[in-house]
Amino acid sequence: MYRSHVLVCGGTGCTSSGSAKIIERLQTEIDKNGLHDEVQVVKTGCFGLCALGPIMIVYPEGSFYSMVKEEDIPEIVSEHLLKGRIVSRLLYQETVTDEGIKALNDTSFYKKQLRIALRNCGVINPENIDEYIGTDGYAALGKVLTEMTPEQVIQEILDSGLRGRGGGGFPTGMKWKLARNIVPDADQKYVCCNADEGDPGAFMDRSVLEGDPHVVLEAMAIAGYAIGATQGYIYVRAEYPIAIERLQIAINQAREYGLLGKNIFNTGFDFDIDLRLGAGAFVCGEETALMTSIEGNRGEPRPRPPFPAEKGLYGKPTILNNVETYANIPRIILNGAKWFSEMGTEKSKGTKVFALGGKINNTGLVEVPMGTTLREVVEEIGGGIPNGKKFKAAQTGGPSGGCIPAEHFDVPIDYDNLIAIGSMMGSGGLIVMDEDNCMVDIAKFFLEFTVDESCGKCTPCRVGTKRLYEMLDKITKGQGTLEDIDKMEELCYYIKANSLCGLGQTAPNPVLSTLKFFRDEYVAHVVDKKCPAGVCKDLLQFTIEKDKCIGCGMCAKQCPANAITRTDYIAPGKKLAAFEIDPAKCVKCGACIEKCKPGAIYKK
Amino acid sequence: MKSLDELKAIRDKMKGQVDIREEGSDATRVVVGMATCGIAAGARPVLTAFSNAVQERDLQNVAVVQTGCIGLCMYEPIVEVYKANGEKTTYVKVKPEMVEEIIDQHIIKGNVVTKYTIETAKLG
Repeated sequence: MYRSHVLVCGGTGCTSSGSAKIIERLQTEIDKNGLHDEVQVVKTGCFGLCALGPIMIVYPEGSFYSMVKEEDIPEIVSEHLLKGRIVSRLLYQETVTDEGIKALNDTSFYKKQLRIALRNCGVINPENIDEYIGTDGYAALGKVLTEMTPEQVIQEILDSGLRGRGGGGFPTGMKWKLARNIVPDADQKYVCCNADEGDPGAFMDRSVLEGDPHVVLEAMAIAGYAIGATQGYIYVRAEYPIAIERLQIAINQAREYGLLGKNIFNTGFDFDIDLRLGAGAFVCGEETALMTSIEGNRGEPRPRPPFPAEKGLYGKPTILNNVETYANIPRIILNGAKWFSEMGTEKSKGTKVFALGGKINNTGLVEVPMGTTLREVVEEIGGGIPNGKKFKAAQTGGPSGGCIPAEHFDVPIDYDNLIAIGSMMGSGGLIVMDEDNCMVDIAKFFLEFTVDESCGKCTPCRVGTKRLYEMLDKITKGQGTLEDIDKMEELCYYIKANSLCGLGQTAPNPVLSTLKFFRDEYVAHVVDKKCPAGVCKDLLQFTIEKDKCIGCGMCAKQCPANAITRTDYIAPGKKLAAFEIDPAKCVKCGACIEKCKPGAIYKK
Repeated sequence: MKSLDELKAIRDKMKGQVDIREEGSDATRVVVGMATCGIAAGARPVLTAFSNAVQERDLQNVAVVQTGCIGLCMYEPIVEVYKANGEKTTYVKVKPEMVEEIIDQHIIKGNVVTKYTIETAKLG
């Protein structure tokens, strides 16, 4: 029995900020103070506040230490763990108030969150199946196998209103029902899990796999019972080494306990799961490409129908759900469909996990009820935008999604609202942009990504995205015409209508949504040859304001192109002659601006 | 494992341990003085005894925490029990053998064990 638990985040974010060393040092210090029988160190999954890593929570007090350094550990152990004196100066400062220390759940980052898919992340040790069982793990599997028929399980999921969290938003229960019934005499069926999270800036699925791998295994076994499958595959990115390791540990432990394998809970139900590692292609997140890849072939999509529910993996009926979708299933079984459907909006039930990134203070992982507004997520949970800058737009759905501008800041986030304003839920990446981001440049960034990742099987996507990218490039270089903008728009609709799979069908979305909300920026690039945000280098001009220049010469020293020279002009009140920039030589690197003490250099 | 009962057994065993990681403001708090004076007077076995007893009995909403020096070093080890309604009881010169009684009588049944409180100690 331990009187105190020290939870240290072992997610990817905190691991890269050094949590492994923290754990090591903690163990040493705990041993040194003879506390090893009293204090337990637990490596958990992601807490969500990745910006403040490495993160450490001490229970039962619930003290939240952030940005922990190795050299702080001896003090935390001898003061807090031994003597019970919380080291306030090392706490997450928002929890420290004049009235004392407030609970983590009362801080603005956690207050508006509702954690269902992430409920165990940052709470249990993902490498210990007993801790998962201790939080009602595998009880849902026990319940469906002993008390429910497969039809009842499917009905429960249908009633809950759960929709696919991978981005499409297809009702999960419907998918299961089709896979159960469409081929009545199938000799084999499969349950697959899509963990090929590829959107730039998205890391929700990774965090669930790292923090609570058993929840996915349990949900897949439930799905297997519901549709009549005995084999499952998790298709996970090879770029997620921690997630893969913990999944494999979890699978081994579940097999050892007989929670996977033959005759589970003595009910005659067999189910096993194997891992398949992705080969690093974005298109493998598309369902038909993913299954082709599991079969050992080059990951390319194929036309639908037939849908996977009828002919999927190895030509057998298959369901494919996203990691986050599965993470909701055991809770729905235990608490009931009604409990789940009471959360969220009319057509989007439950919660959604978002990975906050970009120009935001609290970079990290949040889970909010559907229908929460973008303003609440960005300003309250996310802590607003750094350096007092103004919110310009949020990008959701990665390369398949679009931008939500400030005018839609108060739209409740759910599947249908986001589509109505030209974006999509996507898997949950949410990138915040401020006034310093150029929307044309953002569209170009995502197009560059899709050009790279297009598999090349169909022409509209392979050639269309490339041409679209070239036109964007032309505009950012100041060589575009108004006609190009119209042509681009036309090409967007053509690619959307004619591409084979979701990658191509959604690839033009970043362009279309920025054109819809920020057309004036495109026009400024084309007509005025200016980039209003000051990002597109070819449209920028660096100048020195002569009357502000003190003639120190720091800029000229820094300039890699020797484009800055001294003039004869001495500004009133200054001692030395001012400098000037030769635009023909300037490479627009911006090194001079950083060095200029009086702030006399401008880019416009 | 082959049966639901075995699963339940693991869950019950682990639940008491994992529950410590939940925050509840309505919890009863058992605060053990663990400053130098407390440790010197033998507060550590008392602290361990409390936390073991709470977890063994799977008591919900009871948090065992430490604190620093209260200023009554001569009475250490001192244990303060805060009920959710704000009621505070101070036990002094606590020994591990007294822990069972305090848990059973006071924390579970709500009867303060007056023979161990500071008021009694002062009278004696």
